[in-house]
Amino acid sequence: MSFSAPLMENGFSSPRNESFPAGLRVLVVDDDPTWLKILEKMLKKCSYEVTTCGLAREALKLLRERKDGYDIVISDVNMPDMDGFKLLEHVGLEMDLPVLMMSVDGETSRVMKGVQHGACDYLLKPIRMKELRNIWQHVFRKKIHEIRDIESHDSFDGIQISINGSDLSDDGHMFCGEDLTSVRKRKEFENKHDDVGDHSSPKKHRVVWSVDLHQKFVKAVNQIGFDSKYEVGPKKILDLMNVPWLTRENVASHLQKYRLYLSRLQKENDLKASFGGIKLSDLPSKDPAGSFGVQSSISGNQNDVPNGRYQYSGENFFAQDLDTKNHEGDLKRVVSESTDTKSTLTADLPDPQETRSSQMSFDHSFASLDSEVNYTAIPAQYSWSEAPQFKEEHKPLLQLEDGFSQLPPSGLHHIQIDPLQSASSITSGLSVTGREICGPEKIKPLYAQFNGNHVSLLSPKESAIDSFPVQSKSHMVKHQSFEPISTAISGMKPQGFNLSCITDFESCQRNLISATDTTFAPFNEDLTVCWLQGDCHSMNFELPNVEFTDYTDPGFIAEFPIYLCDTLTSDNECPFDTPEYPIVDQGLFLS
Amino acid sequence: MDGVVQLQKQLVDYSASLFDEGILDEQFNQLQQLQDESNPDFVVEVVSLFFEDSERLLNELGKALEQQTVDFKKVDAHVHQLKGSSSSIGAQRVQKLCIGFRNYCEELNTEGCLKCLQQVKHEYSLVKTKLETLFKLERQLIAAGGSIPT
Repeated sequence: MSFSAPLMENGFSSPRNESFPAGLRVLVVDDDPTWLKILEKMLKKCSYEVTTCGLAREALKLLRERKDGYDIVISDVNMPDMDGFKLLEHVGLEMDLPVLMMSVDGETSRVMKGVQHGACDYLLKPIRMKELRNIWQHVFRKKIHEIRDIESHDSFDGIQISINGSDLSDDGHMFCGEDLTSVRKRKEFENKHDDVGDHSSPKKHRVVWSVDLHQKFVKAVNQIGFDSKYEVGPKKILDLMNVPWLTRENVASHLQKYRLYLSRLQKENDLKASFGGIKLSDLPSKDPAGSFGVQSSISGNQNDVPNGRYQYSGENFFAQDLDTKNHEGDLKRVVSESTDTKSTLTADLPDPQETRSSQMSFDHSFASLDSEVNYTAIPAQYSWSEAPQFKEEHKPLLQLEDGFSQLPPSGLHHIQIDPLQSASSITSGLSVTGREICGPEKIKPLYAQFNGNHVSLLSPKESAIDSFPVQSKSHMVKHQSFEPISTAISGMKPQGFNLSCITDFESCQRNLISATDTTFAPFNEDLTVCWLQGDCHSMNFELPNVEFTDYTDPGFIAEFPIYLCDTLTSDNECPFDTPEYPIVDQGLFLS
Repeated sequence: MDGVVQLQKQLVDYSASLFDEGILDEQFNQLQQLQDESNPDFVVEVVSLFFEDSERLLNELGKALEQQTVDFKKVDAHVHQLKGSSSSIGAQRVQKLCIGFRNYCEELNTEGCLKCLQQVKHEYSLVKTKLETLFKLERQLIAAGGSIPT
């Protein structure tokens, strides 16, 4: 199925292509009616297509309704219903649109916060026309990065990967949809700029990450993780996967998403932990639709998860109100297309790494947990078989997260390490060794031992692992990460069980989750994850409390333990002293 | 016509004085430049919005500062909004006063805040009156068949 034609037509009605930047679709969000009117007028004078909004929530709603309806968002920092920075994060994560912040307050700290949250620019009021005239550059830049990102991979050779929308779960479909959007954007961009990029290669189609494919991916990641902590890269994964039609670029973007997912889970975990447990009852036990095999309700049924579920009270998760459905697609796009963010991330990496090693405490404020933490947790889930991989790549983790979630990288990092360690400890307690857990298949038995509650966690993934639905999957991932831990914990008799490890793990998880939450807020699934986290957290916090049996979400369990075990095995040392973040997800995060 | 020329001069002079006295700044010019045939009342509309919003904020400020225990965060938020609002039309003096006002908020100084509020109210009334006069002059000029010089 060729997406070119539909891509171009799809929702692409504005004349952007022809007369860029004229017709640029701008969404302006400001609670000040005077400024809203002025900005609208100014932007119209720039020949842009303007939509104004007085409330952040309304803006998000508009954005979600028309996933591809806007090119750029300009938002004020101070708004009554939602902090502008939060909005910024959401937009970045879900829609991956460039966001400009504006304020009458030009204090360095504010500006810095804006940049940290991923703002493309920070405008000071009063804003002049000339400043607005050039905002198109942010849109253009993003497109270029996308294209460069795609073209930088070898796979640009006309490999047409058809998207099996029909086979995919909702998430998968969403994924495809999003992919199309990004592909479309690329196409559109390339069409406009002939001199840019390589037109000889056909447009790449988005790959649908089926459960099988994903499992191969996870397996490959884990495998790599085993060998070298810091070398998990798309190329290697691709080689290991041995899927002829898959391109390195596909793997790279999938890896990115995976990392984000992990970090999100972790964040949720953290959040949960910080919030004192999640309401288990709130976790919807849905079918892991399309999520990475997350059995728990988290998967795919974002819609099911009540927005209110998320109890990240601390965290300002607007996600709760968000309609996760919409996010799936966006998330995907965001993940795969956030080249810009990626660059942002890189910059942040160094920090997280350092912090990570230094902080083992998991009562770090998860709200601001950086993605690193999340990554660790998440990767675990994905690669069930790769628990040992925690170590390696913190970096990639950080990167993804930073860029993706735009979470302020702070302190999260350290958390990551913890979970891994705890995971390690858990593993030791368990009879399951990381290596054994390779692959979902292995995990199954693991789960079985752990807990009757954990239903076939491993296999559920089958359905879930289709294209890494950003939203649902992330949720799932999150859940999964938690679950496994709990499962592992519950399954294991505390002997040799390092509760502290778990705690760390949980904290990491939480961090991960909370970190991810920020970004994934809109995902209801996150809520579910939180739930898991809660479980985990409760466990962690009181070390001796290793009862994960209340994991109602099998999905979590399945995923979680697997990687926990792996981690544990690989990191048998005290979880706290491993500055390296165990590679939860082989190289996903670490590289 | 002399009448029109007169009116025009009057308008120009008056407008210039507002800038000279620092009541209005460059932003107001920007607004005027944005006005065009498709939106001939743009400036008046924007300024009206400003009046509405400001009066609301000033009321809120008054109420907040009258409380037994003053919620300075809230006061600060209102002042911040007022600052943003005044910056939108170029009400320079009001905007500048807001800066000092915020400092008092940070210091949790009720007296200081009340004093600032008085000053802000005064400046706001002034700019409101001046702008209303300006618009009146513009209307007179247009009614007399003249056009507003850019």
